[in-house]
Amino acid sequence: MIHFATLLERLLFAPRRNTKLAWISTWLTECPPADRGWGVAAMAGDLDLGRVKHGVVRALARRVLDEELFAQSYDFVGDLAETTALIWPQHHDDNLRPNSQAPSLEDVVLTLQGASPDEAEDHLAGWLDRLDVTGRWGLLKLVTGGLRVGVSARMLRLSLAEAFGKPVEDIEEIWPLITPPYDDLFDWLEDRAMRPSAEDRAVFRPLMLAHPMDDAMAATVSPGDFLVEWKWDGARVQLASAPDGVRLFSRSGDAIGPAFPELVEGIEWQGVLDGELLAGTPDAVEPFQHLQQRLNRKKASKTLIRSRPVFFRAYDILFDGKTDLRPLPIEARRDRLAEVIRMLDHPLYDTSAELRFSGPGELDDLRAQCREGGLIEGLMLKARGSAYQQGRIKGVWYKWKRDPLTADVVLMYAQRGHGKRSSFYSDYTFGVWTGDGPEKQLVPVGKAYSGFTDAELKKLDQFVRTSTTNRFGPVREVAPTMVVEVAFDSIAPSSRHKSGLAMRFPRFASIRWDKPAEQADTLETLKALT
Amino acid sequence: MGSADGIDQWIRPGPNGLEVNAGARFHIDALRASECVVVTHGHADHARPGHGRVIATPETLAIMAARYGENFTAEATPLPYHQDMVLGDTTIRLVPAGHVLGSAQVVIDHNGQRVVVSGDYKRKADPTCTAFEPVECDVFITEATFALPVFSHPDPETEIAKLLSSLRLFPERCHVIGAYSLGKAQRLIALIRQAGYDQPIYLHGAQQKLCQLYQDLGIDLGELKPATAGEKGKPREDLAGQIVIAPPSALADKWSRRLPDPLVVMASGWMQIRQRAKQSGVELPLILSDHADWADLIRTIDDVAPAEVWVTHGREEALIRALALKGVKARALSLIGYEDDAE
Ligand SMILES: [Zn+2]
Repeated sequence: MIHFATLLERLLFAPRRNTKLAWISTWLTECPPADRGWGVAAMAGDLDLGRVKHGVVRALARRVLDEELFAQSYDFVGDLAETTALIWPQHHDDNLRPNSQAPSLEDVVLTLQGASPDEAEDHLAGWLDRLDVTGRWGLLKLVTGGLRVGVSARMLRLSLAEAFGKPVEDIEEIWPLITPPYDDLFDWLEDRAMRPSAEDRAVFRPLMLAHPMDDAMAATVSPGDFLVEWKWDGARVQLASAPDGVRLFSRSGDAIGPAFPELVEGIEWQGVLDGELLAGTPDAVEPFQHLQQRLNRKKASKTLIRSRPVFFRAYDILFDGKTDLRPLPIEARRDRLAEVIRMLDHPLYDTSAELRFSGPGELDDLRAQCREGGLIEGLMLKARGSAYQQGRIKGVWYKWKRDPLTADVVLMYAQRGHGKRSSFYSDYTFGVWTGDGPEKQLVPVGKAYSGFTDAELKKLDQFVRTSTTNRFGPVREVAPTMVVEVAFDSIAPSSRHKSGLAMRFPRFASIRWDKPAEQADTLETLKALT
Repeated sequence: MGSADGIDQWIRPGPNGLEVNAGARFHIDALRASECVVVTHGHADHARPGHGRVIATPETLAIMAARYGENFTAEATPLPYHQDMVLGDTTIRLVPAGHVLGSAQVVIDHNGQRVVVSGDYKRKADPTCTAFEPVECDVFITEATFALPVFSHPDPETEIAKLLSSLRLFPERCHVIGAYSLGKAQRLIALIRQAGYDQPIYLHGAQQKLCQLYQDLGIDLGELKPATAGEKGKPREDLAGQIVIAPPSALADKWSRRLPDPLVVMASGWMQIRQRAKQSGVELPLILSDHADWADLIRTIDDVAPAEVWVTHGREEALIRALALKGVKARALSLIGYEDDAE
């Protein structure tokens, strides 16, 4: 438990991803082997200690401290696990030195998994007596399930790869197959066993990802090198069908089938398809915002399924039955995909068409069409003859996005950034004009953190420091004098924002030092772009 | 045990802070310019310029002169520790408080009754000042900065060990430590020296004057150098792997851009609360406080065995509740104007 608690504390304070990865790798090689799997599961959010709820922790606190003093402490600290860890009396007698008879992480997990709340409380009290403050904090964070130390499942897999010298791709591939405490994973990582097999199981397969393509490179593309299709504005999904079931996965590998029952029910074919989940029907695609309403739900009602239809537009096939097609060239996979979709004969499944073009000029024309209707984000270019490989492989798949939309906005608020930027005001909220005459005022429409050079950042920072008119905690309000041209992928109506609009991926395009603030855009102009 | 009866007839909170009226009128740590003031220690919220007369330890007077100039008061009266001084119908004495160099408790005797005003104090070891001495009294007027059961300050040695191990782990990063410029910075340096670190330690401009004063008053801080800016605003690469000490406010300011790949350290009692430390952008929190923690506040009250405890500033509610549970009479003076967030 001590090793794990120390790791959690290090992760909490490590501001950088690389530092976190290094701490996890160190922990993996130093902690008791039986603890590793449980620790990984806890950080990945895959550990359920079920019945230890906040009530149990509060009851523990009552054992050692007056209720009123506890309430004041909790109020000050703001976190139940930390408050309880801090107020727990530290034992100093030699028979019970802190951490000398501490439980292992495995002890904690196995003991609590079968325990009633009362039993859990007794066990925890015993353990807290044997731990120092870091150990107590880690233990209570673990059992209440709110680790929040900024570690993703991807980072855990990278750390495992690093610690055991295995390719991260191999770990990604088997990740969906394993469950805590991952004995089969560690047996393989330490060369005691074969890699776990996914045969006959509908599990998520790591996706192949695309690199951005710039205009200069696009000007050299020929039809002999690349196969081209639309980049649809939906959600990347994977359909996996095997003897143990039919599952739909999001791009991060979450099973989202229950939210889209119409896509998984009645699928008899077995294999794995890669594609885009889109709003509307194959004949009439609808905007991303319609899909958003379905993506926000864990389950879909019959009414919602009818009012917000979705479908699966396939662009690749990874498995047909048990046959792994990934090593085949893309042309062969597309031929097989076309056959499978024909055979499937399902109204909610079609294929993403290949686009014909003779050279860079026509490619440009195709891209120019993307903006119309807002349903297409750009072009996908896939190298001819290429296999399906997981991750972002250089030189194989490219996305060439349509030109962004832009607007001239006024800087309204600024906040300091993180890490290397912590001494700079680098997070900006901007707005546009609404109303007329004396009613004319700025309404915030978005936030941007990127798109400027280091030199520009220095100037922006200077501007914020010299133009501050008000402070709200870490936020500075600035005089509305600086105009910025922001670029964004799209803009859509939103009831969650005061302006009634939500921008996707806004970033700085240029700073308009020359432009008077009164000439910045209005809310009406932006509404017209939706 | 004596009695607190009638004590509030001659010492009570007034508009300028704690006020004594017994044959003579004087304040303790007056919040605004006053005629005659006994100053417990040099922190800005306790030691203000512009009083008619200031009575304080010679060290506190030297600190005030360094901060405000020689003319910080019309009349500076040095009162070394443990010497009696008659003021009207009272006799006062200054006793070490262990908070910062020169810090004192004020012991006031009048009519056979005794009041002790603790000022800010701590009980943990500090190589830069004289240790706290408990004095039995009828009324103990205490601070309550860290008066919550969550505050249990670890031994300073373990915190310094964390810093030195981080320097070994990240030898390419400049370790910049936020530390309050009076007391905390010098204690930190002295503790680092005690742990065997003998490289030069670099100082933000705002830290230099008081470090120099401590050294002039005989506190050995080893070799100190100014953390001046690099050429043309570029980071000073020679500070990689070095220790730099700065006021907390400078850590996220433009000043810090001169440091190569800074690892932000903060030395403060508030670092005990992980979420707070995290939110303030600290990468390595050191729990180092110049105030008494919860257990030491309670232990001190046991030691001085007063009939009544009066609480000046901090989290007085919790302390009063804990004392009530022990059967000790206590009340809050609600003195406004003493800060606790600078610590
Ligand atoms: Zn102080």
